[in-house]
Amino acid sequence: MEIDPFIFRLSIFILSIFVGYYVVWSVTPSLHTPLMSVTNAISSVIIVGAIIAALAGSSERIFSTSNMFGFLAIILAAVNIFGGFLVTQRMLQMYKKKKK
Amino acid sequence: MSANLSAFFYLISGILFILALRGLSSPETSRRGNYFGIAGMAISILVTFLSVGNFGPGFIYVLIFLLIGGSVGAFIAFKIPMTAMPELVAGFHSLVGLAAVFVAISAFLNPDAFNLGTVANIKLASLIEMSLGAAIGAITFSGSIIAFLKLRGIMSGSPITFKGQHLINLVLGLTIIFLIFYLCLSQSSNIFWSIVIISFLVGVLLIIPIGGADMPVVISMLNSYSGWAAAGIGFTLENSALIITGALVGSSGAILSYIMCKGMNRSFFNVILGGWGANEQSTTLESKEQKPVKNGNADDAAFLMKNASSVIIVPGYGMAVAQAQHALREMVDALKKNGVKVSYAIHPVAGRMPGHMNVLLAEANVPYDEVFELEEINNDFANCDVAYVIGANDVTNPVAKSDPQSPIYGMPVLDVEKSKSVLFVKRSLSPGYAGIDNDLFYRDNTLMLFADAKKMTEEIVKSL
Repeated sequence: MEIDPFIFRLSIFILSIFVGYYVVWSVTPSLHTPLMSVTNAISSVIIVGAIIAALAGSSERIFSTSNMFGFLAIILAAVNIFGGFLVTQRMLQMYKKKKK
Repeated sequence: MSANLSAFFYLISGILFILALRGLSSPETSRRGNYFGIAGMAISILVTFLSVGNFGPGFIYVLIFLLIGGSVGAFIAFKIPMTAMPELVAGFHSLVGLAAVFVAISAFLNPDAFNLGTVANIKLASLIEMSLGAAIGAITFSGSIIAFLKLRGIMSGSPITFKGQHLINLVLGLTIIFLIFYLCLSQSSNIFWSIVIISFLVGVLLIIPIGGADMPVVISMLNSYSGWAAAGIGFTLENSALIITGALVGSSGAILSYIMCKGMNRSFFNVILGGWGANEQSTTLESKEQKPVKNGNADDAAFLMKNASSVIIVPGYGMAVAQAQHALREMVDALKKNGVKVSYAIHPVAGRMPGHMNVLLAEANVPYDEVFELEEINNDFANCDVAYVIGANDVTNPVAKSDPQSPIYGMPVLDVEKSKSVLFVKRSLSPGYAGIDNDLFYRDNTLMLFADAKKMTEEIVKSL
């Protein structure tokens, strides 16, 4: 019997939770705020779904209802991607070691 | 691009995202980590364009919308003051949540585009995944909006509670599960919309009973939700980059909530079910008898610190409110010139989000190797001459160690009272967030400095 591809995705999901668990515990507490802003930025990879949604259907009707939701999602996700990575960068730039 | 090839590239993005988080294990590697994250995102977006392969007029619009959103995001990222980080993060969470809802709606309206079947005949598994993604996304959205309003001060930070609150949440939660079940049977779009609307409502109801100082838990929790929403959508779209990211973000937020709860010695449910401030206030008023406090001014403080050999600074949310971090750094510089050894002690729940104080100190050019976590520095208070408490309160209260009746009993606190003298900058004697009196105010070795944190620190700099 063939294995349902869903099972593979579930395996990826569960293994990733474990990876996340160990990686996040190794994050130093002083970088918890950048951790939040960067997780926020990477969760905006949901833009992948938004792009598929926006470009679906025939080219005569670019703005069908389902496409519109795609376009809106693109804007929201883009705010997050650029905002999230840049503000993380800005914060990380400030962390400096003692000058000897 | 073939489906297999693009799946492979999505896997690479997922790995780059893991490396982005891994980089945060130390400030040195963190900047490189962030570039990994950016690369992962760029790969995901490019691969999606290539695998959709539609470069018609719609593509131009996609680029335009991407640029609009991107410029708004970049503008915010450069303009936002560091003290506003908590509300910025809450705001960003709401956007992820709403984007998840929109993608789910779009997939529901046009399942063909995602290979999920046809309208009113969507694959069962996909239907469950997309409605879960939409529900969690909607909860994340409205919950984050409430958190944002509370952090921004537009909405009062005090908990809003009413009778039967938890019952209503429970009923609404069960309704969502029932509706998802019913959606699978009927494929009706009305049911789908009802799920989305009820979830928006649940998000609001879930966050309103939680008070201002519990916000570190709330923000971490919403962070976690935004991850689970992304994972739900990832399952719908059969996209491994989204599934991996969702799992990473979900567990990251969960761990942060756990750390925050532990920092307050409270269970997660105790925080989520609401309000310290609400029921504890009555006890405050009773115990409020007049006790003598020692009152000092900037000159006294400057004299004490100048003649100390070591000083530990304990910052809290009040420092963020008063924007006193730069003045504080100047004070420390002046002390260092006098040969005083200075370090900073950060309690896990100081501020309004995890790591809030560390970012503010970094902004004021405080080197991160002078800043210590509770466990690292707590033993040093006994050997330190002066502890300078600026804007912190409950996290220094020795009652947490001595009085089992106290609501904060058992919470890990900084052993500030063990230092030879304590300088406590505060505007008045009012109790902190937990609504209890701080025993520290009345100790013999405590000198109260009644003033705004920033003004007082500046005055101390002058008299140094």
